[in-house]
Amino acid sequence: MTEFFQQIINGLSVGSMYALIAIGYTLVYGVLRFINFAHCDVFMVGAFVGFYAGRNFSNSTLGGGILVMITAMLACAALGILIERLAYRPLRNRSRLTVLITAIGVSLFLENAGQMVFGPNPQPFPQIFPAREFAFGQLVISSKDLVVLGVTLFFLAALKFIVQHTKMGTAMRAVAFNPEAASLMGVNVNVVISFTFGLGSALAAAGGILWAYKFPKIDPLMGIAPGITAFVAAVLGGIGSIPGAALGGLLIGIVETFVKGSRFSTWTDAIAFLILILILLFKPAGLLGKLQPEKV
Amino acid sequence: MFFARPRTFLILALVASAVLEIFQARIDPYFVDILTRIGINIILAVSLNLINGHTGQFSLGHAGFMAVGAYTAAAMTMFAGPHVMPANATQVLVMMWFLAALLAAGAVAAAAGLLVGAPSLRLKGDYLAIVTLGFGQIISVIFRNIEPLGGALGLNGIPSYTNLFWVFGAAALTVYVITAMVNSTYGRGFIATHDDEVAAEAMGINTTRCKIVAFVIGAFFAGIAGGLYGHFTLTISPRGFDFNKSIEIVVMVIVGGMGNTVGVIIAAVLLTLLPEGLRMLSGMSPSLHWIGESRLILYALLLIGLMLLRPQGLFNFRKSARTKP
Repeated sequence: MTEFFQQIINGLSVGSMYALIAIGYTLVYGVLRFINFAHCDVFMVGAFVGFYAGRNFSNSTLGGGILVMITAMLACAALGILIERLAYRPLRNRSRLTVLITAIGVSLFLENAGQMVFGPNPQPFPQIFPAREFAFGQLVISSKDLVVLGVTLFFLAALKFIVQHTKMGTAMRAVAFNPEAASLMGVNVNVVISFTFGLGSALAAAGGILWAYKFPKIDPLMGIAPGITAFVAAVLGGIGSIPGAALGGLLIGIVETFVKGSRFSTWTDAIAFLILILILLFKPAGLLGKLQPEKV
Repeated sequence: MFFARPRTFLILALVASAVLEIFQARIDPYFVDILTRIGINIILAVSLNLINGHTGQFSLGHAGFMAVGAYTAAAMTMFAGPHVMPANATQVLVMMWFLAALLAAGAVAAAAGLLVGAPSLRLKGDYLAIVTLGFGQIISVIFRNIEPLGGALGLNGIPSYTNLFWVFGAAALTVYVITAMVNSTYGRGFIATHDDEVAAEAMGINTTRCKIVAFVIGAFFAGIAGGLYGHFTLTISPRGFDFNKSIEIVVMVIVGGMGNTVGVIIAAVLLTLLPEGLRMLSGMSPSLHWIGESRLILYALLLIGLMLLRPQGLFNFRKSARTKP
């Protein structure tokens, strides 16, 4: 029973990081209707910014850790906006396949440029938050999991506030609903899209820092596996739906942790795809999404 | 054009590959190596072009079918071969068995294509890309877990049967079958599916069936390419057929121009030569050393640049490019 709860905590902690990444996919899909393949590499860049910032001004205190995280989030928000401006905006009215191929190109570029700039070998991530372990009877909770869960909850609450109660959030929802109508109502669609990319990329950076903090080895290809899993989480929850992405992330995190702990552990890499395929076949709208019929 | 007389082309290409094979012993082994890679890449790119280009279904899992073919053919020649053939089998018998192995490789890959395609081709665009990517990954995980086939280490000591005749013969056959098919009445359905699925359906074309047929045929030739590849490199492992391999084939199709067979062949040749050229450049001076590792960055920039500036592909000179939605 203790092991069961231990696994649940692990799963929640991994799953909340998936949720942070999945929200980025969902936000971009909501306004632009395409899958931003490069998102998982923004996550990687976030971890590396944290790596360099953490070596310079972190002293394993909560304040230092937060400072590192804010740096990485700002850097990645800028990167996300830049990618959108240079690669995606010129293709705004082109076929979706064109945008998809470009996104794959951007992703490949970040991965391989990362290997040149950061070096291809894994590097140890500095301890940016204080680490301690709390024992509840036989149950051991690491402060890592608490930090991950706490930070994720904070960002989910902040995101809910931004999307529901600010002017920009209202504009985002309007653009997601109908871009043309929104622009006729005086919403500057380009600014909203840039903001969405910035927001999603900042969350990916936060996810990257947390990921590197929990699994302290980082390399330029570290984004691929969690990125794909998080994408599956976004589809599972219903792509375009923010609560769906959070729910999907947590579910996938828990399922994956249990598979990893079982005797089928060598199949872990295939689990996310198996879930994806089943979801797309039986409930393509996802758990909380709405199915939109295609108009001719 | 080049393919105005497909049958003449096929016969000429087969004769040419037989001639190449006769002179193989006289050619520098380095060039034989490059020519073999070119031939295999032509098969892969032209067969993926049927799916991604002519039919317009973006697949990112072509390397997975190649893996299925490579493992099937290797299992046929390594494990089944010694039981079927006597120890003193003649060269002809060995080659016949290799042909059987290649056909089996294609057939099993085609079956895998049907298994993957039937459920996933109901999806469109981004989703299809992700699902095929996922299937490619799952195929790799499956091979990693089959211990008799070497598990994660892969298979070693595959007999060296691939030669220039087999490679270019198979390439010619691939080009012939796919060109003839796309230009047939039946094949027009593929192009109609690509151009406008709703309109095609309204005209009575069973688009789902078209997509699946394209997918299965593409997988068949990818399987043959995999079989040739295994008997050329003599060692295969699940890691050799990963996402990067799929992307490499996708880049060939996009550079050549989706749905443009001649362009795709040119792209396959040039992109096979590219790493060699880069290696030569980086060998010229130590300060150029970084060029040797820049192949994938170049691919990435090619993809982005082409989509921004020339989405119909580098070698597509037709006026009415079929790349528009």
